[in-house]
Amino acid sequence: MSYNIIVLAKQVPDTRNVGKDAMKADGTVNRAALPAIFNPEDLNALEQALQIKDKHPESKITILTMGPGRAAEILREGLFRGADDGVLLTDRAFAGADTLATSYALSMAVRKIDSFDIIISGRQAIDGDTAQVGPQVAEKLGIPQITYAENIESIKEHKVRVKRRLEHGVETIEASLPVLITVNGSALPCRPRNAKLLQKYKHARTVTERQTENIDYIDIYSVRPYLNLVEWGVTDVGADVELCGLSGSPTKVKKIENVSFQAKENKRLSESDEDINELMKELIENHTIG
Amino acid sequence: MNNIFVYLEIEEGKVADVSLELLTKGRSLAKELNCKLEALAIGSKLKTVSAQVFPYGVDKLHLFDDKRLAPYTTLPHTSILVKLFKTEEPQICLMGATIIGRDLGPRVSSALGSGLTADCTSLEIGDHEDRKQKKTYENLLYQIRPAFGGNIVAWIVNPDHRPQMATVREGVMKKEIFNSAHEGELIEYNVDDYVSEEDFAVTVIERHIEKSKVNIKGAPIIISGGYGVGSRENFDLLFELASVIGGEVGASRAAVDAGYADHDRQIGQTGVTVRPKLYIACGISGQIQHIAGMQESSIIVSINNDKSAPINSIADYIITGDIEKVVPKMIKYYKQNTK
Repeated sequence: MSYNIIVLAKQVPDTRNVGKDAMKADGTVNRAALPAIFNPEDLNALEQALQIKDKHPESKITILTMGPGRAAEILREGLFRGADDGVLLTDRAFAGADTLATSYALSMAVRKIDSFDIIISGRQAIDGDTAQVGPQVAEKLGIPQITYAENIESIKEHKVRVKRRLEHGVETIEASLPVLITVNGSALPCRPRNAKLLQKYKHARTVTERQTENIDYIDIYSVRPYLNLVEWGVTDVGADVELCGLSGSPTKVKKIENVSFQAKENKRLSESDEDINELMKELIENHTIG
Repeated sequence: MNNIFVYLEIEEGKVADVSLELLTKGRSLAKELNCKLEALAIGSKLKTVSAQVFPYGVDKLHLFDDKRLAPYTTLPHTSILVKLFKTEEPQICLMGATIIGRDLGPRVSSALGSGLTADCTSLEIGDHEDRKQKKTYENLLYQIRPAFGGNIVAWIVNPDHRPQMATVREGVMKKEIFNSAHEGELIEYNVDDYVSEEDFAVTVIERHIEKSKVNIKGAPIIISGGYGVGSRENFDLLFELASVIGGEVGASRAAVDAGYADHDRQIGQTGVTVRPKLYIACGISGQIQHIAGMQESSIIVSINNDKSAPINSIADYIITGDIEKVVPKMIKYYKQNTK
């Protein structure tokens, strides 16, 4: 058996290192001002896809991302680790999308990709933490979803068994293909880049990248067609512009606040024995501890 | 029509705390909006649910009792919500930001084309002006949540789509009995009118529930560590202090992400919200998303190398120093000065 797998991945700003100019006046994120990384749980998702391919080598993994031009970086990153194909969904019309408009655009791209058996994505992205895009894509495609997956245990006769996390425990569930699975950060980490694949795909580029970069041997893209990363816009996937981006988003950002906390009156202490002992004495005497 | 709906999470016939907390919030929102509070129970063996939720002020309970509906699977629960909401047209729908709520909510919102905001830390009612369209919306639900890794707080509204959907984590809202004698209306449904065979395409093969070993939510004292703790080994110091003075160990998201502590100890918007009588923050800088989950602690002690760490602004005691020096001193003093 072989399976067509689509991995949904997102390039995210590294929210652990956010500077002051990270937000634009309209409340949306200024991605250009931040270091961009492969969303961590999407790497766990990619590993689950690669595990299926290990067992069923004829399978094909396509990695799909929506974002600005530079999001093509994570497509290459996916190819270096074993994906077969990369698709970048990029268009001004997608800008400012909430989760619903995002999942609409992604579902249109999935429909265009070809037949698929399994879609795998990370549970959530670290810039939004909503965990909504996976289930919403599944709903738009009319297929079942399995969220919070820890491991894809087996695929047999077009049935997949998945171990998933519960609030207090785990469960194993079975679903028929096609299905969409979102993978938890506690699943297996992704394997590193493969040196051979790195050599093979290091010049993989989207059309726009080829036009803007100075590439010496432009012929290689006709000689080695696998170096062409697919790039689609709104019209390529047949999406309705009204349902994309800001206009397709039912949720609106009313305002953004930088939070300042009501400063309390406080006591400042040093790490000296006297100060620590004084504090402990106070906490014991007023029955906070002990 | 136009009422507030709360999806009840039910395990073994018992309504989850997070759902009761949302009923309490829903009750006060309903009062403000002058509408009714309704609840949805979907599952199996739900006989006692009405008695559990009516005291929280539920005016109408919609009950779907069928053995195929428990344990929870996505599709039948989605079908019920979607179909019911098309006739009931609620203005607001609230769910727990639990694994179930975060599985069901987005699926339902996508099917209805309505907006959903995850992990809200506050819900308020207010007006909204769309300057571009020169239109004013009255009495919208402000869905307030830290965003962007907790670096900002976003106020989200859904002006044109209903229901306005939001999920809230356990412990964020407070549960409170509205009136122990309150009785609502109970409506029982024929489940087959709402689900189809295809909804049961996903089956649960095996289920293993374990009681959580960590109980941070109820702990009166929490020693919490952040990225500044530096390693999993250094967290042992925190565990030692916790065991000596009788507390639990919590962690910030950064510490969990770095692998210093397990996920079930995470405190903050994407973890647990706590209100202990003593919160000792060790090496925690104090991102909004963390502070959102502990700022109601009675006494906050911050131990940090950085004397201008943001968390210090909400602390009662600020110790500027190394955790490795300070924590052992605390342990030592306590051991010497108590029985």
